Amino acid sequence: MEPSLETSIGQIQLDRPVMLASGILGISLDVFKRLYLSGAGAVVTKSLSIEPWEGYPNPTILSVKGGGWINAVGLSNPGAPNFAKMIEPNKDVPIIVSLVGSIPEDFEMMIKQFEHCQVTAYELNLSCPHVAKVGLEVGDDPELVKKIVTAVKNSTNVPVIAKVGLGTSNYLNTVGTAIDSGIDAITAINTVRAMAIDAEIQRPILSNRYGGLSGTPIKPIALRCVYEISSKYDIPIIGCGGISTWEDAIEFFLAGASAIQLGSAIGDNWITVFHEINKGILQYMKRKDYSNIQEMVGLAKRS
Amino acid sequence: MQRDHNHPTIVTIEKVIDETPTVRTLIFSDEVMSEALPGQFAMVWIPGVNELPMSIMISKEPGKAAFTVRKHGLASTGLFNVKEGEQIGIRGPYGNSFDLKEGKLLFVGGGTGLVPMMRLLTFVRPRDDVTVLIGAKTKNEVFFEDLAKSLLEEHHHHHVIVSTDDGSYGEKGFVTDVVEKLLSKTHFDGVYTCGPEIMMYKTVQSANSRHIFVQASLERMMKCGVGICGSCCVGTDLACRDGTVFDGLHLSKNKEFGYFHRNKAGILEHY
Repeated sequence: MEPSLETSIGQIQLDRPVMLASGILGISLDVFKRLYLSGAGAVVTKSLSIEPWEGYPNPTILSVKGGGWINAVGLSNPGAPNFAKMIEPNKDVPIIVSLVGSIPEDFEMMIKQFEHCQVTAYELNLSCPHVAKVGLEVGDDPELVKKIVTAVKNSTNVPVIAKVGLGTSNYLNTVGTAIDSGIDAITAINTVRAMAIDAEIQRPILSNRYGGLSGTPIKPIALRCVYEISSKYDIPIIGCGGISTWEDAIEFFLAGASAIQLGSAIGDNWITVFHEINKGILQYMKRKDYSNIQEMVGLAKRS
Repeated sequence: MQRDHNHPTIVTIEKVIDETPTVRTLIFSDEVMSEALPGQFAMVWIPGVNELPMSIMISKEPGKAAFTVRKHGLASTGLFNVKEGEQIGIRGPYGNSFDLKEGKLLFVGGGTGLVPMMRLLTFVRPRDDVTVLIGAKTKNEVFFEDLAKSLLEEHHHHHVIVSTDDGSYGEKGFVTDVVEKLLSKTHFDGVYTCGPEIMMYKTVQSANSRHIFVQASLERMMKCGVGICGSCCVGTDLACRDGTVFDGLHLSKNKEFGYFHRNKAGILEHY
């Protein structure tokens, strides 16, 4: 029998396990359709705020010599109301709406905007490492995480995912708090706080000075986090961080992820990367005689 | 360490040329950029100011390249004000290039949109019949007329036509009216355009309606240059990675070309 790429992350059902990560390419429905047709199982939107945000001035993105990317785009987005209007006609593409805010009311207000949209899931950004008062600063505060997750769960029946990252507190506690508050799944991890300085110019390159490191250098860190979360908790996990090949994807499944997200790989290999990874996963499954993704999830934890 | 095209390489501005009161050309040495293809761009970092996408200008000297910038916003004014001896960072080159046909060719440029047109002129063959149209608002905003002529010196058949909106120099009227006039009179084998979007839109329309091959090099707000930030999307296309050069037939199906661009928050705005 042909192996199937279908996967489920709790109640979220996807035809394919590779998604577009938040922050990447996510501002136009036309582009979402193109990514879906290129093999993405779902697209996660840019993190939306109540008001439109312009983000930081350029430079906002650059590569790291030797591999990886550093960015401080600053969560630029058209705002939840504009965005909801744009995706309202969508019926075909599984869209996961990423939200960013500082207090429970921010999230509640934004979710109301999407009443007439087909939303596959919400992903709460508790981990952006370069914008004040949101993202990691929220994720690092267990009381706030509890309040936000509880409020969001009470405002929607759509599955809710928390995206966590490496901040100043133990991210495993953030995961635990989110689970206790009713979260449906975890995405791990976000970019890792970093910076780039130019030796000639003798100053930081990013206008915001600090940014987030993504791409291949963080893959082993992300893999470790997925493994740790799946060892400690019984919660569906989406792996994210430096995934660029089918082999990377398999490693994340084996560590405990039911699906994966990618972004930086598009900068390196363009959007054919979705098709390439899907193809590689299928070949691996055939070779190892698996019929579905779930059979692989967490296998590396065998003693 | 090997050069990483997505990481700024620092170069020193060796010479600054005033083209008009608001347009300057900044020349620097860089092998990679000197060999950039017409239509390709660099992300240019002005330390302490900003970073912006710039089409890569030719230089007469081998191994050198340039940027021709009109001071307009914060970033372009920052670049305009860079002095000889000062350093900037460059990433790229990014984007695709033109499909240059043979025979009777028309090049339509407005403002700094002339930059990729000048680089493209270095690729035409001596036997090609070349017409260059330069559009400007008024006389003191005309530049690159002499450069276009000197690039075409070896061509038996070449015309460089300038049109100004106010008629203070060359033909009077919009450059797109001249395009329409030329295309209605003669068959062209290829039309190439870069400049203000409305100018490109009308040029593409004029050519498409006569089944003439046409390509335009688009400009959008850019952050990454490699197709991950999404800032430059035009319908389903990313100007940085799918472009900057698109075929006229492809553009005629794009709902945003000629009508909308996105602001810094990614919201569509009318031209």
